[in-house]
Formats: sequence, C-alpha cells, structure tokens
Amino acid sequence: MKDIAIRLNGQVRRLAVNPNETLLEVLRGKLGIKTPKEGCGRGDCGACTVLLNGKAVRSCLILAVEADGQSVTTLEGVGRAGPTALQKAFIRSNAFQCGFCTPGVVLAASALLAEKPAPTELDVREALAGNLCRCTGYEAMVKTVMAAARKSNRKRSSSRRSRP
Amino acid sequence: MSISCEFDYAKPDTLRDALGLLARHAPHGAVPLAGGTDLVAWLRDGAVSPGFLVDIKELAELRGIRRKAGHLWLGANTTFAEIMASPLVRRHAPILAEAAGMVASVGVRNRATIGGNICSAVPCCDSGPALLVYDAVIHVATLGGARRIPIRKWFLNPRQTALTQGALVTGISLPVAKHAGAFAKLKRYRGEDLAQASVAVRVDARGDWRVAYGSVAPTPIRGPKVERLLRGDLKPSSARRKEAAAVAETEVAPITDIRGSQIYRRLMVGVMLRRAVHLAAARRAGRGPAYGTNILEEDAP
Repeated sequence: MKDIAIRLNGQVRRLAVNPNETLLEVLRGKLGIKTPKEGCGRGDCGACTVLLNGKAVRSCLILAVEADGQSVTTLEGVGRAGPTALQKAFIRSNAFQCGFCTPGVVLAASALLAEKPAPTELDVREALAGNLCRCTGYEAMVKTVMAAARKSNRKRSSSRRSRP
Repeated sequence: MSISCEFDYAKPDTLRDALGLLARHAPHGAVPLAGGTDLVAWLRDGAVSPGFLVDIKELAELRGIRRKAGHLWLGANTTFAEIMASPLVRRHAPILAEAAGMVASVGVRNRATIGGNICSAVPCCDSGPALLVYDAVIHVATLGGARRIPIRKWFLNPRQTALTQGALVTGISLPVAKHAGAFAKLKRYRGEDLAQASVAVRVDARGDWRVAYGSVAPTPIRGPKVERLLRGDLKPSSARRKEAAAVAETEVAPITDIRGSQIYRRLMVGVMLRRAVHLAAARRAGRGPAYGTNILEEDAP
C-alpha cells in the first residue's frame, strides 16, 4: 500500500491505496465520489472524466498513486457553490437524458470554457468528441455549451463596459 | 473491471534514479510509466503484467520543447496537447502538430506522451508516420550512456521497438528545414477512433518528397516508391497524383480487422495519398487550408 494525498475538490484527502487501483476506483470506492462513472474502462467513452490540475483526463486510465500531490476536481467540486452557468444552461435546455455521461460532459465543457471562453462550434465538438452519449445525439449539448459561453461573454463584456 | 496483477510503484526524481530502479527491478519485470493511456488499459486487459512501475512523467530531463542547433527537440514526456499548442512545433514540425490533433480525444491528449506513443509502437501509432517523414532521431538513455536511434530503425514489429530493456527514451529531435506537408487519418466516424489508415507527406523547396503510412503494415513505414516517383516535382499534376496513388496502393500491406478490410484500407491509402500530395504542394506554394484541417472531410480533389 502507498500513502497518498490528493487535493480533492479543494480539500486535502489522505489515504492508503494499492498501486494497482485506478483513480476512478478510489474516487468511487474509497472517497465517496460517485459522479465519475465507469463506462468502457479503457479511455474511450469519457464517462470517468475528471479534472486533474484543471485538465480533463480519464480517471480510468490513471492509477490513484499517480494522483499523489495533484489536484482533482469532480462534478461534486464544480457545483459546490450552487450550479455554474454551464450547469444551469444544461438544466434549462434539458441537454441530457439518462445522465450517465453528463458529469463527464459537463467537466469536459467546463475545462474548454476555462481555457477558451469564446469557443467556436468546432472547438466544442472537438472538446466533447471523447465523451460518448447514447441518448441525446449531441446536438443539444453542443448548442447548450455555445449558449452558456455566449451568455457569460455578454455578461463579461457588459460589466467591462459599465466600468468607469 | 479492475487491474488483477500486483505491482510496486515508484516515482524517482532524476533520470539516473529512474534508470537505476529499472535495472534493479528488471528481474521483477520493471516497466516505465508515462501518460499511462496505453499502459493502464493493457494492465487491465492483462496484456502486460509487470512487477514494478517506474513513473517517469515528471523527470525534468524528459520535459520541454526546444530549438537547438538546427534541430527541434521534444522531451519524451511532451503530451499531444502540448505538441498541438506549441508555437515551435507548429512552425518547425507542422505535420507532427497536425497528427497530434488527431490523436484520440482531448482527455487522452492531455495525458498521452509522444515518448509513450512510440514506445507502445502499435501499428496505428499516430505520431509514427509524421516522425518518419521528418527523419526523427530518438534519444535514448541507459546506465551506460546515451544513444541515438534513427526513427527508420525504431519500429521493429507491433509493440516492439529498438529500445532495450532498462533503457528510457529521453526525447526526439527533428531536423529543422523549410518544408510543407500534410497528415491524413482515416477513421470509422468523426470523433475519436484508432486509425484505419494514415498517411504523412512532406515536401521541401527542391521537391524532395517523403511519404509514410500508418495502420497498413506491422509498423509505420516509409513509402520509397512514391517518393521516387514524385522526386523533383513541386507541383504534381492530377495525372501524376493518380499515378502516385496507384503506386502507394502497392507499397502497403494492410490486414483485415474490426476497423476495416484489407482492400478498403489499400484503396483508401491511394485516395489519402493523392489528397495529401495535392495539399502539401498547395501549402508549399503558400496556399491550401491551414494545418489541422481534416482533408477527408473536405471535397478535396
């Protein structure tokens, strides 16, 4: 067993893990974090997406020991202070059905918007290309991410204009 | 499903320590771990069962992208996301940047490294054809000292390279020279997939063409017959491109598998080669779509 410390959703969590446990297994089985899902278990579906030091990654392809000393954000951490503008947009436009892929999709889109606040539709499609959804056909998701980006950019630019 | 094999894990601070650990634990099957996007999947499949993992991903010696003495040097731990974003790579190795953008998905590209990609050495390895047309050199460290291996001698068989047990790839260098090129990757659908076939072409100011293929032989390979046919031709005509496509079909050896049939792959290599040559010639002349455009989705000639 190895002792590790992960900054999980802003809080340092210390625990012992076996080197052959994946980050996904440890999050779900030992840390009570249930939004990352195991879909394919081999990096193809994106249901296990988490943010590692702010970047979208596949938690099924990362050993928990590798996350020692790193910062991990899951959907539990994203909505802590109430739903984000992106989450509200997903709710408003009902851009999901069964919900299995939604945590991964929202995290992948959040990482994109953090890096590129005014993405093109192609950017959004590329950012979500690794998150498989068997319900929606993706169109609603792409439109929702674009709408959320436009809305926060309008807000940002109007607050900039109102500054003296 | 969990990983069933048991192994120990260490994350050394220096290259020397990493090589020492690999040597000391060689009897238990010591394996280096970089991005893990292949290795962790293989551990789960039981395709590999090492007794010891040496995590090399934060070794300073394996990081960075630098221009030095007529070469572009990429640390082995450079991720595909970093390659795509690097102004140095986009300027001096645009074909590699174009190929990097077609690797799997964002979530994989944020982790997967170029050193890991060439060490996994699967036939559909996305960086292989680009590195072949650049005549890349692989920098390898062993406890006995450093070695350089030309990319043409690197890939031996599926998942088998010229890297010896206990050695580590530290970086890859590419000669810097004015050129243009194109990379095309055929997939079953938009979005992420392994390549059914891929083609890289590079042309310089003298009309020296270099061609390489992926997914259509046991390893990524160069296309010497097409290179000879096109030599000196800066603006291959439509007839010449068709001729080159027919030759390309004869110098690949694809198999039939779940991602495509042998004949489909062979014929598509011709189509891709024809379009890639057209695009590379246009880019060399300062025209043509920007790098990163998927030519298989355009109405290319």
